[in-house]
Amino acid sequence: MRTAFINQLIVEARQNKDIFLVVGDLGFSVVEPFIDEFPDRFLNAGVAEQNMTGIAAGLAMEGYNVFTYSIGNFPTMRTYEQIRYDVCYHNLSVKIVSVGGGYAYGPLGTSHHATEDFGIMRVLPNMIVSAPSDPHEAKAITTLFCNHQGPGYIRLGKAGEPNLHQQDVSLSLGQALYIKEGQGNLYIGTGSILKDVITHVNANDPSAGIASFPFIKPLDQDFIADAVRKYTNWISIEEHQSNCGFGSAVLESLNDLYNNQTIPNIPKLKRIAIPDKFIGYAGTQEFLRKEAGLIL
Amino acid sequence: MELKQFASDVRKTALKLVFEKKASHIGGAFSMVELLTVLYNKILLVNPSNPCNENRDRFLLSKGHACSSLYATLALRGFFTMEELYTYTENGSYFTSHINHKVPGIELSTGSLGHALPVACGLALAAKKKNQTWQTYVMVSDGELNEGSNWESILFAPQHKLDNLTLIVDYNKIQSMGTVAEVMELHPLADKFRAFRWEVFEINGHNLDEIETAFNAVKLIKDKPSVIIANTIKGKGVDFMEEKLLWHYKSPSKEQLEEALRQVAEEN
Ligand SMILES: [Mg+2]
Repeated sequence: MRTAFINQLIVEARQNKDIFLVVGDLGFSVVEPFIDEFPDRFLNAGVAEQNMTGIAAGLAMEGYNVFTYSIGNFPTMRTYEQIRYDVCYHNLSVKIVSVGGGYAYGPLGTSHHATEDFGIMRVLPNMIVSAPSDPHEAKAITTLFCNHQGPGYIRLGKAGEPNLHQQDVSLSLGQALYIKEGQGNLYIGTGSILKDVITHVNANDPSAGIASFPFIKPLDQDFIADAVRKYTNWISIEEHQSNCGFGSAVLESLNDLYNNQTIPNIPKLKRIAIPDKFIGYAGTQEFLRKEAGLIL
Repeated sequence: MELKQFASDVRKTALKLVFEKKASHIGGAFSMVELLTVLYNKILLVNPSNPCNENRDRFLLSKGHACSSLYATLALRGFFTMEELYTYTENGSYFTSHINHKVPGIELSTGSLGHALPVACGLALAAKKKNQTWQTYVMVSDGELNEGSNWESILFAPQHKLDNLTLIVDYNKIQSMGTVAEVMELHPLADKFRAFRWEVFEINGHNLDEIETAFNAVKLIKDKPSVIIANTIKGKGVDFMEEKLLWHYKSPSKEQLEEALRQVAEEN
């Protein structure tokens, strides 16, 4: 997924001289092709995320569309107030790229488990929040972000995630899309854990629908309103705390759509998310997902 | 206009403003009046009728709580009217008492400390990348040098030879809960900056000639950033405010306002 990101960033940077990449001394063996081609639009800001985000804001004030890149919680939590005040309040074109979303770096320990990012990012005004489920979505979001004025967040996996879409997808900002349509149950997910949904549905619930939400914010209201009419039972899944996550965002939308009479009813929604806990031991991503109860 | 008169007018305007609106932070607003006076009359290339002009010099006030004197300076320079200024802190006004970029002439909203220097590094870097000659100036308080984010930037700027960046420390030696020496001693501050590979100027931050000389000297420094450590007096210009922690918080009474205005006029 990170390879799809960097490759597409390079493609975009060839035609858009405002694209700028800033890393927090991370990205070894990922970002080198970008550095080789655009040395003047690359900065290693060192292990100093507050300064990194402030610099990105300054560069953006002068017209650059800046991507800050680091692992897990470092480009987000470690510099949260710079994101809120310098980037979001000034509505600057800074795109935060977090590699290793969820338990992707499971064996590395709790420091590297990025499981609260949706919540802290989606509460910020002006911020777009995205989590591609596969390399095709990562590519499409990168293109969108390269052409979007304003703040954005993209949660990437690491390397080697399978393609869930058959081919390139084109996305508009906030758009959700069906992996497959069906009836009865609707499985909705965001990020690379959507793969588990497809496996489950193929084996156990072949008539169900599956939808991918590459964007947690804005959330696709039209898609949701339309799906309410087609599916009575919903199951959401995310590699994130159950509080303030993707499922919560969907519930908020369902409530608001019902309240303003856009939808006639609220479907039953089973949320699968991390039950308000840290995992303090090592494990592969697959192992830790199970330990956290992210099981269909 | 004579600079001394301008500084006096800034103090009077800021005094009336914080009195009228029962606002705080007049002490830290007064310690930087001469610095602002020289910057906005002698140094910064800015155009009040075109505040977003691409080639302007950028000035960022990191100690955004002390903005009453900067707002006053900008009003006196014609960025907006006195009438607009007097909406300060009122319902719906962009003139918040921590500085707001929605006000003409303000580059960056601050108020949370330790934010402007990293952004200033980004601006200075962008100017270098784009071969543009405008300068970036950023003013911090001494207290906010407690913030780790500043020291990330203080490491960064020399690494990238940001000689188009000038940091000004309003070194009035008082912070929110006590003196700098009591809370988090900075001394020897000049040595710290030299150790971090900055060019250091130490001046009397109330001496207009010294200030102007330092800003002009900064322009000749190549391949590294400069810091002007301006030794100042919190509450400068009003004897009962000078070096008093209380005036970080207090708003003057009617009697105190009259007396302060009298002293400021007399000093001039
Ligand atoms: Mg101070």
